[in-house]
Amino acid sequence: MPNIDEYVPIVGQSIVDDLRLLAERLRGKVVQHVNSTAVGGGVAEILNRMVPLLRELGVDTRWDLIKGGEQFFAVTKKFHNALHGSPEEIGQRDFDVFLATSEQNVREVDIRGDIVFIHDPQPIALVKRRDDNKWIWRCHVDVSNPNRKVWKFLREFIVRYDSAVFSAPSFSQTLPIRQFLITPSIDPLSDKNRELPEEAVAAVFEKYGVPRDKPVITQISRFDRLKDPLGVIAAYAQVKRYNDCRLVLAGGTAADDPEGAQVLREVQERSRRDPDIHVLLLPQNDLEVNALQRGSTIIVQKSLKEGFGLTVSEALWKAKPVVASNVGGIPLQVTHRYSGLLCHSVEGAAFALKQLLTSPDYARKLGENGREHVRNNFLLTRHLRDYMLVFLSLYHEGDIVNL
Amino acid sequence: MSPTARAQNPFRFHTRLHLSELTGLRASTLAQLLEHLRSVPGSSIYHHTHRYLQQHQYLSPEPPNDFAHWVTNELGDEELGERLASIDTVRFPTIRRLRNRIVGVIEEHIEKNPSAKRRFADEGEEFHFIKSISFVISTKHLAWDLGEFAAVLEKITVDSIYYHMFEARLRLERGQNDFSLWFETSLGETGIAEEISRLDPYTHTLENLRRTIIRIVEKRIGR
Repeated sequence: MPNIDEYVPIVGQSIVDDLRLLAERLRGKVVQHVNSTAVGGGVAEILNRMVPLLRELGVDTRWDLIKGGEQFFAVTKKFHNALHGSPEEIGQRDFDVFLATSEQNVREVDIRGDIVFIHDPQPIALVKRRDDNKWIWRCHVDVSNPNRKVWKFLREFIVRYDSAVFSAPSFSQTLPIRQFLITPSIDPLSDKNRELPEEAVAAVFEKYGVPRDKPVITQISRFDRLKDPLGVIAAYAQVKRYNDCRLVLAGGTAADDPEGAQVLREVQERSRRDPDIHVLLLPQNDLEVNALQRGSTIIVQKSLKEGFGLTVSEALWKAKPVVASNVGGIPLQVTHRYSGLLCHSVEGAAFALKQLLTSPDYARKLGENGREHVRNNFLLTRHLRDYMLVFLSLYHEGDIVNL
Repeated sequence: MSPTARAQNPFRFHTRLHLSELTGLRASTLAQLLEHLRSVPGSSIYHHTHRYLQQHQYLSPEPPNDFAHWVTNELGDEELGERLASIDTVRFPTIRRLRNRIVGVIEEHIEKNPSAKRRFADEGEEFHFIKSISFVISTKHLAWDLGEFAAVLEKITVDSIYYHMFEARLRLERGQNDFSLWFETSLGETGIAEEISRLDPYTHTLENLRRTIIRIVEKRIGR
């Protein structure tokens, strides 16, 4: 795991110095993160990197997990989908299951933080243990259009916190507590984002049988309708009439997701007759994702809906020109025609791709601008800074705080 | 005074880190935007007129305030967008007066173009009001003379430059930027104080501003 000084060559000494200044102001406070899983998923991924870095900076940071059985996690999965706005049948029994497991966790989890930082809905009820310490609820879910029944249920807990944290402005709700905006981040030193030698990139393209004899357009995403892989193929088909290129659609397996398997079948069916379309079923392998992004000419993220869409920042960090839908957190990452091209339709995506393929200098400039935008706004160091500022905000009122 | 003179009081560099606080207020129409503009805290007006300076530390094609951007791109009102984008933020000594100007421009536009009130943003494209919370921290960097000042300016964060150039003048209502104030009152260097005061910092990137100020100071000390 990299230490904090390894970020200095990337973000500059002064940014790391600022992190140390903030950490000094938190000396003596215990920060306790609580979530539901130690591995898998974005929350665990970020905590695995953040907790050691906060400790290294001198912030006494703990990380605890709640427990739950299959039924509990089935309910929280339903909550998750409902908060995203998907139609879900949620009845009293689901709430009862949630409350029963929550009560058990309320009794058993050792709460010892001066600041208790609860991630997502699963451990939300722990706030019943609130004493004279400070509580933050971190919502990693897109709640711009939540199922009202589930939101109303969770709101009863949320209002007992000191503050809530959301990832995009549109996720904020009318609440009687303070709400902060903290966008997610990528770790420039992780396997998914660190620099790779050209041989490592070439080896991955060879392994998957993708020649780089012509421009490669790539979308890396789960095979999910919301990522619109069929729309990407349609856009590619329009481009292909004028610009010879390849298309790579790479994503994880969807063994536990029947709809995902169906989408994958449709994608395979649609691409069968074109040898320049490469559908890659990737195992969870961050280095391979990194190599595919680095070796591609253009990265596409044509999602119909996105929580935040951090794959865009991953691509921009590699200075790749990006064509992405104007949804979720993507417009925060891409300024149209400056650090990438935004689109709203298949035709728009195709037009943007053609522009980039025929103007490589323009494409390169977009990628370079995008990399600087990510350096300033979407790296882990900025995320660490924001978390420490939220911790400090719990002890200071007003809009200008002299520390 | 000699350009190598030592000041009686050193310049202490501060840095300012900001956190975005969501207000939960949103607008879909010009009328709603106007209503909230009149009542949101000054820290929200400040956020939406200064956010781009820190988020895009290079010149981007975006208008210099979020109101202009939203009115142009989501309401499709290019004329009003252009008028909002051309509000000269550097001319306003307080947030209150800046707010009044923004409100005034929109009111005038609605009066002349009543149909502008009928435009609305698509679902998901509403304007979300955000506040900027500033955390001001004193750094270990001190400068006693112009040479030391230029040397520190080379290595401090752009957040520090931002704090002393923008926040001190407008948000803390000190009348002018901290650098000019120190040059003038502690070193008697009215020439460079004025030269820096005359810059329109809103048309520079923060890095560019750093280089420009260093150049002014170094010229004075004959480097």
